[in-house]
Amino acid sequence: MTPEALLLLALIVPLAGAVPIVLLDRAPNLREAATLITAVLLFLVNIALASDVLGGARPEFVLSSFIPGAPIMLGAEPLGVIFGLIASGLWIVTSVYSIGYMRGKKEANQTRFYTFFAIALASTMGVAYAGNLISLFVFYEALSLSTYPLVTHHGNEEARRGGRTYLGVLLSTSIAFFLFGVLWVWHEAGTVAFMAGGVFSAPPDTGIIAAMLALFVFGIGKAGVMPFHRWLPAAMVAPTPVSALLHAVAVVKAGVFSVVKVTYYTFGIDLLSSTGASEVFLWVAAATIVIASIIALRQDNLKRRLAYSTVSQLSYIVLAAMLANSAGIVGGALHIASHAFGKITLFFCAGAIYVASSKTTVSQLKGIGRAMPWTMTFFTIGAISIIGLPPTAGFVSKWYILQGVIDAGQPAMAGVLIVSTLLSAAYLLPIVYTAFFQAPEASGAPTHGEAPLSILLALGAAVALTFLMFFFAQPAIEIAAQIVGGV
Amino acid sequence: MIAQFPALQVVLPLIAAPLCIVLRRGALPWFITLVVSWAALAMAGTLLDQVADGSQISYALGGWMAPLGIEYRVDTLNAFMLVIVAGTSSIVLPFAYRSVIREIPEDRHYLFYGGYLLMLTGLLGMAITGDAFNVFVFIEISSLSSYAMIAMGRDRRALSAAFTYLVMGTVGATFFLIGVGLIYAVTGTLNMADLAQRLPPLYESRAVLAAFAFISAGLLLKLALFPLHLWLPNAYTYAPSVVTAFLAATATKVAIYLLLRFGYTVFGADFVFDIVPASEVLLALAIAGTVIASTVAIFQADVKRLLAYSSVAQIGYIILGVSYANVTGLTASLVHIFNHAVTKGALFLVMGCMAYAVGACRVESFAGLGKRMPMTMAAFVIGGLSLIGVPLTAGFVSKWYLVLGAIERGWWPVAILVLATSLLAVAYVWRVVEVAYFRDPPADAPEVSDPPLSLIVPTWVLTGACVYFGIETSLPVGFAEQAAQLLMGGGS
Repeated sequence: MTPEALLLLALIVPLAGAVPIVLLDRAPNLREAATLITAVLLFLVNIALASDVLGGARPEFVLSSFIPGAPIMLGAEPLGVIFGLIASGLWIVTSVYSIGYMRGKKEANQTRFYTFFAIALASTMGVAYAGNLISLFVFYEALSLSTYPLVTHHGNEEARRGGRTYLGVLLSTSIAFFLFGVLWVWHEAGTVAFMAGGVFSAPPDTGIIAAMLALFVFGIGKAGVMPFHRWLPAAMVAPTPVSALLHAVAVVKAGVFSVVKVTYYTFGIDLLSSTGASEVFLWVAAATIVIASIIALRQDNLKRRLAYSTVSQLSYIVLAAMLANSAGIVGGALHIASHAFGKITLFFCAGAIYVASSKTTVSQLKGIGRAMPWTMTFFTIGAISIIGLPPTAGFVSKWYILQGVIDAGQPAMAGVLIVSTLLSAAYLLPIVYTAFFQAPEASGAPTHGEAPLSILLALGAAVALTFLMFFFAQPAIEIAAQIVGGV
Repeated sequence: MIAQFPALQVVLPLIAAPLCIVLRRGALPWFITLVVSWAALAMAGTLLDQVADGSQISYALGGWMAPLGIEYRVDTLNAFMLVIVAGTSSIVLPFAYRSVIREIPEDRHYLFYGGYLLMLTGLLGMAITGDAFNVFVFIEISSLSSYAMIAMGRDRRALSAAFTYLVMGTVGATFFLIGVGLIYAVTGTLNMADLAQRLPPLYESRAVLAAFAFISAGLLLKLALFPLHLWLPNAYTYAPSVVTAFLAATATKVAIYLLLRFGYTVFGADFVFDIVPASEVLLALAIAGTVIASTVAIFQADVKRLLAYSSVAQIGYIILGVSYANVTGLTASLVHIFNHAVTKGALFLVMGCMAYAVGACRVESFAGLGKRMPMTMAAFVIGGLSLIGVPLTAGFVSKWYLVLGAIERGWWPVAILVLATSLLAVAYVWRVVEVAYFRDPPADAPEVSDPPLSLIVPTWVLTGACVYFGIETSLPVGFAEQAAQLLMGGGS
């Protein structure tokens, strides 16, 4: 199959998959089979596309001529391939997990849930393979809207309030800043195309570059840079599979992915490093990293603690991009992957605990390691990866980010990375301690056992990925290095 | 035959109107109106196709040559308007059949369709004529018929709404007539092309200045630019559903067309933007209109009224584009005329579905309809997204050009304001969406379901158009750009 056809399939497969899901409303087993088959197909499409792109192909496909000079088009390059592979691969894992979770909790409206999940994945593919700035914006908005019914799934007052914050923050930042940035770039450079090395043939003033960059860093609200991070904790009202795949992987990664993409393909790292326009955003990202970690320390609700941890970890990637050098871009791309594996593990565990025991806060978890040894072991491994210790994926990406910090000559940022590593240990390890070493409050036999098998299987797969990316880091690093022309 | 299309465009609905009164039995008036409307669309489409290369068609009515006789002159701009008016009417009429049966007593159906045809005649005539006085005649035909149409609303408040519109509309038309009289007095001609040649030497004349003031004030009243919009919310709220959908999509738009025609073609851009501070005045009014009307819309308890205030805000956007006085801004205005016609047409048809199935359009009567009337509510969501300007809907394209025009003009705060006011639209649209999808209906709510297909299909044709023209923009943008260049080129 030609790379162009694969590109189109990446968008069409999940959309087409939504059709049987709707039609099989009354046959849940077949419906879930449809989700799984779609997810597997999508992953295969992404793998085939990845091998073409690594072979040097740069396919493009124009979907609509849209506005004269600004078509909606798809295009594949290494960074998009990384994101596409992660999102589609973890969709399979999450689908297995969802079956256990949604049935375990006897959730209502499951058909709607799986349908919008598929549409959200199609939007994610659109973001990953957006061929120019305007297409990126279009799919970014589609992702916000298609995930809204998932966030508000429970339909109660709390879900509605969460949904309002979610949509309110994401839509207002994207319309007021992101879109404005796109239009400004179009006005300044005369193009919305993505080009390695940036689109500005005649560089504007440093002040103008910094102002434009600000519109993207803050306008891409999905990247969770403070003060526009509040939608993420609000989105935690969603069922856990949504939090796991969308709010630890697809949606938030769509945000940081867009930041990296714009940094590299619209501004160009040479322009940013020679003018120093991105330096101030290093500090913005650093502040987000530290403040979000401190807030995470104080959260008792497990999912909220993980959400603030995500806010903090996302800004690692923003920081890496703002370093504006090759190692930073590679480190950012790798961190998109490693954080995805680590954080999805932690969310899966939070959901597993909720399904098995209906517990949602850290303080309720005393001694739960005895009843759920597998789940809590997986949790520990995920935590180690988020902290960034070997032998897990988190170590690999942090290593490259640190390399980028040194290349950029920013010792203060190295300090920030060290502090935040300590902070992340401080908000994650106590959970492990509580679970394994504190005695349960109620004496006697535990009232519940392990989570359902499909949940544990999904967890095992996520943990395996965390290890794989450490022990077999080379392929991942090679793809990431291709973004910057091979290091 | 095709050579006679410019005249037939107007004459056909004009003749069909009394025909409806004579053949008043059963569905016949509706059927005549439908056929005439579709014929008008076919003719408008042919005319647009003929002038699409930038040429003009001049048609001497009754064979009397201009400037003695009345000249109809068709170029890209007014052919585009003809298509919008006839197109909206052609989509609304299939909807009208059942909606009118539900909302209007049977013994008045023939009057309704007779009036409707006159309204159509007036709007098409305003768009096509090249004679300043003839414009006034058609304004009166369309206005008088629309007062009658609005008064046919079920609610008794429709009468006072129609009366207010009558008073304000008459003031507007009179102002317009005074202005036309003044320029006739100084130039001795009523033909627009002639006027365009004779006015430049008279730019310093106080009569011309006064004429411009009267004409633009009159038109601004008709197009309901803030703060001259007071007639609009009640008129839209209490008129029969079909009338609201048709008027909201076309009536104010044709008035905007006239403002552009008089501003650019008759008076000339040099006069309007250099001698008269039209740019600044329009900018201030447009911004005040969008911000205030959008804010007021958020607090409306009746969704039809909410959409009416939103219309006032959207008219502000269209005028904003005009105030930029550059090609991009003008393109934005013309594109938004088209896109807003499609979007508001769709949304007011949804209100028609509500009136048919539920009998009310209050916010709380939407409770639980997301499940009970899924097709209707899905149309509302998509129309609402287009109103906000979300990408892949028509509204986004307008917003794109509107912001781009502001940046080109160097008006950064305006660019930011356009984007910021879309957030107000998020607020008023989402209020309704939340009630429809999350609030349970009260226990005593009657069973409701989607209205019959003859209502759903036209609604979805327009809703589909919101999405189609958000993805494939070449048609409206192409014509709008051409028309904008025509106007700007003709003015300087």
